[in-house]
Amino acid sequence: MRRLIFITPILVFVGLVVYFATPLLRGTDPSLIPSPLVDKPIPTFELPPLPGYQKGLSSADLKGKVLIVNIFASWCVPCRAEAPALMTLAREHHVPIYGIDQKDPPEDALEYLKQLGDPYVAIGMDSDRHVSIDWGAYGAPETFIVDAEGRIRFKQAAPITQTDIRETILPLLKQLGAK
Amino acid sequence: MIPELGQFALVLAALVALAQSTVPLIGAARGNSRWMALGASASIAQCALIMLAFIVLAYEHIVSDFTVENVVQNSFAAMPLLYKITGVWGNHEGSMLLWVMILSLYGMLIAVFGNNLPRGLKARVLAVQGMIGLGFLGFILGTSDPFARIANPPIDGQGLNPLLQDPGLAFHPPFLYLGYVGFSVAFSFAVAALIEGRVDPAWARWVRPWTLAAWSALTLGVAMGSWWAYYTLGWGGWWGWDPVENASLMPWLAGTALLHSAIVVEKRDALKSWTILLSILTFSLSLIGTFLVRSGLTTSVHSFALDPARGIFVLGLLVAATGGALTLYAIRAPTLKMGGLFQPISREGGLVLNNLLLTTMCATVFIGTLYPMFLNALTGKTVSVGPPFFNATFLPLAIPLVAALGVGAMLAWKRGDLLGALGRLKFAALAALIVALAIYYFHNGGPVLAIPALIGAVWLVGSAIAEVAERIKLFTVPLSHSFARAAALPRSAWGMTLAHAGVGVMIAGMTGTALWTQERIQAMAPGDSVELAGYQVRLNSVGPIKGPNYDAQRASFSVTDKSGKLIATLTPERRVVHPQEQAVTNIGIRTNFFADIYGVIGEPDPAKPGSYVTRLYHHPLVPWIWVGAVIMVLGGIMSLTDRRLRVGAPSRRSMSLSDAALTAK
Repeated sequence: MRRLIFITPILVFVGLVVYFATPLLRGTDPSLIPSPLVDKPIPTFELPPLPGYQKGLSSADLKGKVLIVNIFASWCVPCRAEAPALMTLAREHHVPIYGIDQKDPPEDALEYLKQLGDPYVAIGMDSDRHVSIDWGAYGAPETFIVDAEGRIRFKQAAPITQTDIRETILPLLKQLGAK
Repeated sequence: MIPELGQFALVLAALVALAQSTVPLIGAARGNSRWMALGASASIAQCALIMLAFIVLAYEHIVSDFTVENVVQNSFAAMPLLYKITGVWGNHEGSMLLWVMILSLYGMLIAVFGNNLPRGLKARVLAVQGMIGLGFLGFILGTSDPFARIANPPIDGQGLNPLLQDPGLAFHPPFLYLGYVGFSVAFSFAVAALIEGRVDPAWARWVRPWTLAAWSALTLGVAMGSWWAYYTLGWGGWWGWDPVENASLMPWLAGTALLHSAIVVEKRDALKSWTILLSILTFSLSLIGTFLVRSGLTTSVHSFALDPARGIFVLGLLVAATGGALTLYAIRAPTLKMGGLFQPISREGGLVLNNLLLTTMCATVFIGTLYPMFLNALTGKTVSVGPPFFNATFLPLAIPLVAALGVGAMLAWKRGDLLGALGRLKFAALAALIVALAIYYFHNGGPVLAIPALIGAVWLVGSAIAEVAERIKLFTVPLSHSFARAAALPRSAWGMTLAHAGVGVMIAGMTGTALWTQERIQAMAPGDSVELAGYQVRLNSVGPIKGPNYDAQRASFSVTDKSGKLIATLTPERRVVHPQEQAVTNIGIRTNFFADIYGVIGEPDPAKPGSYVTRLYHHPLVPWIWVGAVIMVLGGIMSLTDRRLRVGAPSRRSMSLSDAALTAK
């Protein structure tokens, strides 16, 4: 019995290692946390616009075409890092990107868009983070590809890089039949 | 040719580490003293070789040799010299090199100052250090070569991430690593003790100073990180429960527990197997901290490397180190002899409570950090764990810790007198009560939480003072006698008092800023004023300036008090750093020690031509967070200079016994 106490730490540790190692050894990028929402329809939601913008964002806007939804926030440093890549997607590849601005004071969000450019067709303000959670997001940035039937087909929980655009996003968009 | 010299040195260091991790171990098992002695010379050689490699990399960065990939990716010819140097560890490869360099430095110090260690123990400790070094050198050479050349050298580099071009963050990693890696010494001693099957007070006397040094460095490193977050990210906060922040908090909590449980082993020869386990866990958490940041499981400004191959390697190291040590623990710890017994109400009992609370806090942070990913992997459910979780779980554990801390330090070893201790703390309790009433009176309608939090802060400082007053018999003997007693107190006692008081100061700072911060966000044109916490803040001008590697818009705010007297001028900037063309905010802060006035200049406001978006904050008591951390570090250093612990001081058994008697009083 007393011995069991001394064996417990190593048992707990083995359990943790199995958990850590699984995503790594499965060969998937650990930053691509598998999402249960992939291949599921997008959640229903409606978000208000940023001050000065005409329209917010609702699930109705995301039906009928292949598009990208990007969760961002001005307080999120990696979002700043991926901002140029999103601009490339929007300007050079003409991909429609919709933004969910997570838990952000509106004035900070506006300043962020001014500093780094605004690649979004429309932006919804998710001040209490509830919609982000419905999307299965852990934080920001997270990027989703939605098909014409309104189903989530891909999710990346890490900043988008030019390599991701070239090797993952553009091929998938093409495969889904983006115009 | 020079970069290849660095690489060559690293390969040699790995070979030396291989010898260091095997030969002394065999020597210790066979009782061969010449084989055992190899440990010391090997660790000195390993340290010299890794230092050479580090100097080579630093040289490459300083002279901007753009044939080396690492320099191209992280440096820029026009960057200030300071950031060329700190850029050496502002990237994955360089920071790992810094990691092993610090590791080998600790190994070298054990070799040089460990002459009074039993030979077998010293050989085994150095062998374990050699194994860790070998693992990490393999990691660097196999997956993260800092000296890799580039086929077509560019004319200029890509520059260091502008966020890292800051004095606070530049020196944050070295201190953090001094802490993380410093716990490797406690780990090596724990593994060596398990191999030997013996833990005694002499063992704890050796482990304590190293843990104390590592803990002091880690405290400073974590504090610097949060200070940096406060004054550069411009969101006005100082801690966000971000996974990377938590990664540094976990070893700190475990290390704090270790620091205290090692006292019990040293003084009372009890809690031995628990202290061994804590030593293993503390260093493992440091490795997990490294792993979390390197593997890409978390994404943040700290994550230089998002590379699964590296993640797998670090995970392998973690499995080998922690798994090996815990297996050894499962086999050998049951054979360790139980030590001295004690009553629940005693100094030991207090320290056990401290350990229980600290490790529970650590487990809370661990679960909060990893649970979301864990749950998703198991069930596919998604949760978001943020500050509300930590506030709800961490704070309730902190309250009994703070309350017990004051009493615990007053209790005697073996069997304490709770009522007597409480009686001696009546002045501290009275001071806490007065402060509570004062806050209640002045801040009628203010946040209720402020009252218990500040009671805790005053209680900690008050009980620390009461403890010293008690020891030096303040006011019960003539003052000159008290001074003489104060001078004769062991430095470790002063260290404890300082560190405990530092916690109190820190809590006061956290409370002040959490509860009474004032914030003003508005568009201002030059000439406009706003009121902030009783001050008038006027925007004087906004104009362009040019820095060494950036262009900026600099604003000038003048802060005046009620009588119109000028208190301060704030000059926040909005910089665009070359060559990345990344926008960085530079904040203007005016502190008077009791509060900060914090100003941020934003973009021009299109709605009101000629005006800018400005954010102004008044943060009461916020400097105390870092003042408190510095006091804690000073306490650690003070305790380190205690004669009993002084590394390399001639060992005088009689001296240390009388010291122990004094402290145990």
